[in-house]
Amino acid sequence: MNFGYYPGCSLQGTAKEFDLSLKEVLKVLDVNLNEINDWCCCGASSAHVMSHILSVALPARNLLLAKHRGMQNVVAPCAACYNRLKVSQHELKFDEKMRMKVEEILEEKISNGVEILNLIGLFQKIGLGKIKTAIKINLKEIKAACYYGCLLVRPHDILKFDDPENPSSMEEIVSIIGAKPIEWNYKIECCGASHSIDNTEIVEQLSKNILNDAIKHDANVIVVACPMCHSNLDMRQKNILKKYPQQKAIPILYLTQLLGLSMGLNYKDLGLHLHYINPVPMLEEKVKVEEVTI
Amino acid sequence: MHHTTLNPIVQKIIDVTSQDTSLCYQCGKCSAGCPLRDFMEIPPNRIVRYLQLGLYDLALTSSTIWLCAGCQTCSSRCPKNFEIAKLMDALREISVEEGIQPKDKKVLKFHNAFLKQIKKYGRSFELGMVGDYKLSTGNLFQDLGLAPETLMKRKMGFRPHKIVGIEKIQKIFDKSMKRDTK
Repeated sequence: MNFGYYPGCSLQGTAKEFDLSLKEVLKVLDVNLNEINDWCCCGASSAHVMSHILSVALPARNLLLAKHRGMQNVVAPCAACYNRLKVSQHELKFDEKMRMKVEEILEEKISNGVEILNLIGLFQKIGLGKIKTAIKINLKEIKAACYYGCLLVRPHDILKFDDPENPSSMEEIVSIIGAKPIEWNYKIECCGASHSIDNTEIVEQLSKNILNDAIKHDANVIVVACPMCHSNLDMRQKNILKKYPQQKAIPILYLTQLLGLSMGLNYKDLGLHLHYINPVPMLEEKVKVEEVTI
Repeated sequence: MHHTTLNPIVQKIIDVTSQDTSLCYQCGKCSAGCPLRDFMEIPPNRIVRYLQLGLYDLALTSSTIWLCAGCQTCSSRCPKNFEIAKLMDALREISVEEGIQPKDKKVLKFHNAFLKQIKKYGRSFELGMVGDYKLSTGNLFQDLGLAPETLMKRKMGFRPHKIVGIEKIQKIFDKSMKRDTK
């Protein structure tokens, strides 16, 4: 199977373990990713704040590049990229004035047609049955809080992905690989996103609420599909632990890392050593694997 | 829309959101679900109320518009299908265009630092962004404790990657933004 690939900036920097683990897992599933040549940033959480047109034009350039390469679909594992690409495509399709403005800016005619997939959508396309056949390791002791955050499920009118208030597609994948998804209340709550830099204490408060609800519901790991969410729950957790001595630590894994673990891939290839909250002690206790050295 | 002459701010809001704030009946559901509400000086529904009453300055100078994280919980729950998150985007864009200085400049400084990297290289250069942000806020010691681990794990590159089509990106920025990132 072949898919177009838009990694986005985070997957080449602070979220490189997301990229690493995705590629390792797809190797096992015999899936190829063809990266869009010379892609640019989607504008992320900043372009739409400063200029609406910029937030549509940057993703539009990437979608055009994908189209020129003859790609039918593009996988955007980062939830923010996925969101920006989808919203841009939607506005270009339904807002003629906007399309004409962006065509003038890009000096190119825009036509729709590339299917944009998020991480979960990619695995659904590959087929949960196929994923099941690749499972080697027993994960039944893993109790996972599946965290969607904002950008995978909102705005529902445009993304049309899962249920915006109580999504369950990630739980379905987690169940398929033998881990136990838990029921909890914060799966679509916001982590504070880019306020991580400009209002760190707000992000620490919001992230703490999310972490604690997962812990309260007996999770031993939080599973995510967004680099921003990961950074706020993992990197910012360090400071939360320091500020609140009663706080318990909980590791944050990308969905792809959990999949990789179930396929028997080694920790280092999955980038498990790149987290701020080390998941290895929990994994050593809960997962029976031969290879536990990093 | 039956207004005869529209205030440019109202026109801009309609351009960006394709919606009319006068349709809001102030149920407050947006504020009830807003995760940033506790940190805002006034709740999102009051921003909409200000606009209904023509109190544009109060809306545009409020720190609320800069604290909105764009999570879109409000938009997804609004019984009138009004996209409040998009409205916040529109208000921020207008306030930047009008040169209104936010009370708390940190958020604007972050977005400027972020976009500056994109305009320069075509992709985000995290180390450069953090550096720029720290210089612009004077907050040089922020997150310094995380730096050794971040660099050791090579989670931030030392050198930016400049894309081949960078001229096109700069053109996109120049044509899209009335005020340059600074």
